[in-house]
Amino acid sequence: MKLRKLGMVALVAAATVFGMGVSAPTHAKTLKMAYDADPVSLDPMEQLSGGTLQMSHMVFDPLIRFAKDLSYEGRLATKWEQVNETTMRFHLRKGVKFHSGNDFTANDVAWTLDRLKKSADFKGLFEPFTGSKIVDDYTIELMTAEPYPLVLTMMTYLFPMDSKFYTGTDANGNPKDMLKKHGDAYASTNESGTGPYVVVSREQGVRVEFKRFADYWDKESKGNVSEIILTPIKEAPTRVAALLAGDIDFIAPVPPTDLKRIEDHDGSNLVTMTGTRIITFQMNQERVEAFKDKRVRQAIVYAVNNEGIVQKIMKGFGTAAAQQSAAGQLGHVEALKPRYDLKKAKELMKEAGYEKGFNITMMAPNNRYVNDAKIAEAVASMLSKINIKVDLTTMPKAQYWPKFDERAADMMMIGWHPDTEDSANYSEFLLMTPNKDTGKGQYNSGNYANAELDALVNKANTITDQAERKKLLQQVEQLAYDDAAFVPLHWQNLAWAARKGVHIEDIVNVMNFPYMGDLVID
Amino acid sequence: MAYLAFFIKRFFQAVIVMFVISLIGFSIQDNLGDPLREMVGVSVSEAEREALRDEMGLNDPFFVQYGRFLSKAVQGDLGDSYFFKRPALDVIMDKFPATLDLVIGATIIILGVSIPLGCYCAIRPRSFIAKATMALSIVGISVPVFLTAIFCIYLFAVTLGWLPSFGRGEDLVEIFPGWETGFLSLGGLRHLILPSFALSSIMLPLFIRLIRSEMMEVLEQDYIKFAWAKGLAPRRVWFLHAFKNTLLPVVTVGGVQIGIMLAYTILTETVFQWPGLGFMFIEAVNRVDTPLIIAYIIVVGLIFVATNTIVDLLYTFINPTVRIMGKG
Repeated sequence: MKLRKLGMVALVAAATVFGMGVSAPTHAKTLKMAYDADPVSLDPMEQLSGGTLQMSHMVFDPLIRFAKDLSYEGRLATKWEQVNETTMRFHLRKGVKFHSGNDFTANDVAWTLDRLKKSADFKGLFEPFTGSKIVDDYTIELMTAEPYPLVLTMMTYLFPMDSKFYTGTDANGNPKDMLKKHGDAYASTNESGTGPYVVVSREQGVRVEFKRFADYWDKESKGNVSEIILTPIKEAPTRVAALLAGDIDFIAPVPPTDLKRIEDHDGSNLVTMTGTRIITFQMNQERVEAFKDKRVRQAIVYAVNNEGIVQKIMKGFGTAAAQQSAAGQLGHVEALKPRYDLKKAKELMKEAGYEKGFNITMMAPNNRYVNDAKIAEAVASMLSKINIKVDLTTMPKAQYWPKFDERAADMMMIGWHPDTEDSANYSEFLLMTPNKDTGKGQYNSGNYANAELDALVNKANTITDQAERKKLLQQVEQLAYDDAAFVPLHWQNLAWAARKGVHIEDIVNVMNFPYMGDLVID
Repeated sequence: MAYLAFFIKRFFQAVIVMFVISLIGFSIQDNLGDPLREMVGVSVSEAEREALRDEMGLNDPFFVQYGRFLSKAVQGDLGDSYFFKRPALDVIMDKFPATLDLVIGATIIILGVSIPLGCYCAIRPRSFIAKATMALSIVGISVPVFLTAIFCIYLFAVTLGWLPSFGRGEDLVEIFPGWETGFLSLGGLRHLILPSFALSSIMLPLFIRLIRSEMMEVLEQDYIKFAWAKGLAPRRVWFLHAFKNTLLPVVTVGGVQIGIMLAYTILTETVFQWPGLGFMFIEAVNRVDTPLIIAYIIVVGLIFVATNTIVDLLYTFINPTVRIMGKG
């Protein structure tokens, strides 16, 4: 009996060792990663969100991508040149294969641009483009109606899709390229891109398995990860625990409360970076008469100790701001500094005739930005020092957005990260006079209206000369600062963490699209 | 005959319960938020969103929308989830096995620990173990599940490294097509331990205390005294005569608690990233996935009615003096 048992044990042990030897050859490297959510779709055009773009950079390739220093790096486009003021010519990479085996050509780029212009989420970004002209299989020209300064930036959002693969009808009789927000669409669950990873299996909300594409064109990439298993882990403490326990190799985002714990942990590799998402409060001039007075708005900005908020509430995980554009962006004005000064704030209130203060309502989300509700509480209590009594309501983002659209409170919190990584984008959505026809000022809940600022931004959007454009965009920031158009709080930082030996420091960037294809594991 | 009437009555009860639930679910959906917001990027224009809302029929009057829902619901179609883009009932059926694993795991822990410990505390109320158990159970009731779960993860997964920190693991065994369980593999079991324990932590103290007090009461009754006087062996008195009568209220409470346990799976599954119904529900709420939310509450309502029916039936087996139709 005993002998038989021993024999069994030996057999199992042998099988285990043998099995491991077979299934894990020395060169195969698997990365287990956890984000807070998995991509909502495999269609790169279904939703314009961080999650979609992270997926797009794994499964597809853009024509151009941003290098770490925000310079342009050719991917599927190798070279480009300006033909005339409104036309840019792109030379495409040769010998690139889609996951389906089809060859990548200029046709696919033209097809992709057409589809982008039909996507509810992306059509806004690609509106300046009027069309394309295929010169030959590997040369294409893109035209804009007017001179457009962000042509190359927009190419970082153009992920060519396999036009042959997405042509035809699926099992339900719908076109394979159908873009549908709800309901079953072929492109949501099937992919053929040129990217470094092929989706092997996907169980939405549970896990996605990727395997490296054998025919990937970029042979120079040092990336050596052959398999990626992406698991969404919603709860931040669990995500951190999974990394510390060794169940997961790479996590993002990392909550500010756990930064120190991970930094102190020997086996972990923490990477942080200042980000470009600005968190602000807007003061609604239509609802509150006092907000029409520049001095009152300035008093509020002077009363808010945003450096204190960054230190105490954000645990240093942010950069206190005095403007929208972060350092490195075109419109950033170095001289603008946070201006907390309670005495000055009180003086301004007195000057404006509001020494006794007034009552306002305030709303903020409680699960959208890092520590959003706590920040709102802090701002409310800071405003009480200049006798502005705040009635604060916080709520989940699902309920907050409809309230925001209604402009339901006198002060509302809004964070913004420009999809274009460009300074003008902040003002277009947050500060320009709301206008239903042009779509400008869509998130300007303050109803701040300044014709001079509008003109500056509009002009900047047609100027391709970088130096001149920079001057205009800096004027915009200065104007908004002097006018106290909004209450700047901070730019959120970014953080990623991995186990030691997973070199995420080389692949993460300020856009928060880790270039997984180039990831090296020791 | 009595049973048939009983089932018919319960069936109509269930239908009414589900109708009311669906009506309530439908009327609160406007307060849950705007589903469109979760489906499009932030820079999409209001006009674009309005067009999509029209296309999805979200701008129709309440009774038009509800009527459309009802006419499909009677054919067994509770609508498609916005996020999963599949029928909401299919999504729920996919997530159900994971939750069932968890509930079974927690039930095993609850019964396996509370029965022996509760009986022991009743038989030897003055012993050290009994006193310690009582003291600990007070602590157990007052600590939130969320905290217990995080503490377990940090102790057993991060510090000691004995157990996995999240999820169901990869080696699940398929028992029916589309129905996987973690009970039949070592990896699956290892993943089940912490979440099951966390889920049981709220109800375990309650059951220990319940069994203890019930059994103490039973032990005081005359027929037990007769049994002692008759000179029966202690085991026979405790486990045959006393224990059987202790079970009656435990079954009643237990039936109700299964429903409550489903509510606690929301917390447990969220912390452990357990791909079950509870986690699916909280995510659906976050995403304003209204068809899935309504389908979930209807299914849970059905489970409540079903467990109560089963409890009532069990009752008649344990205590034959109870009649199923009251007077009948």
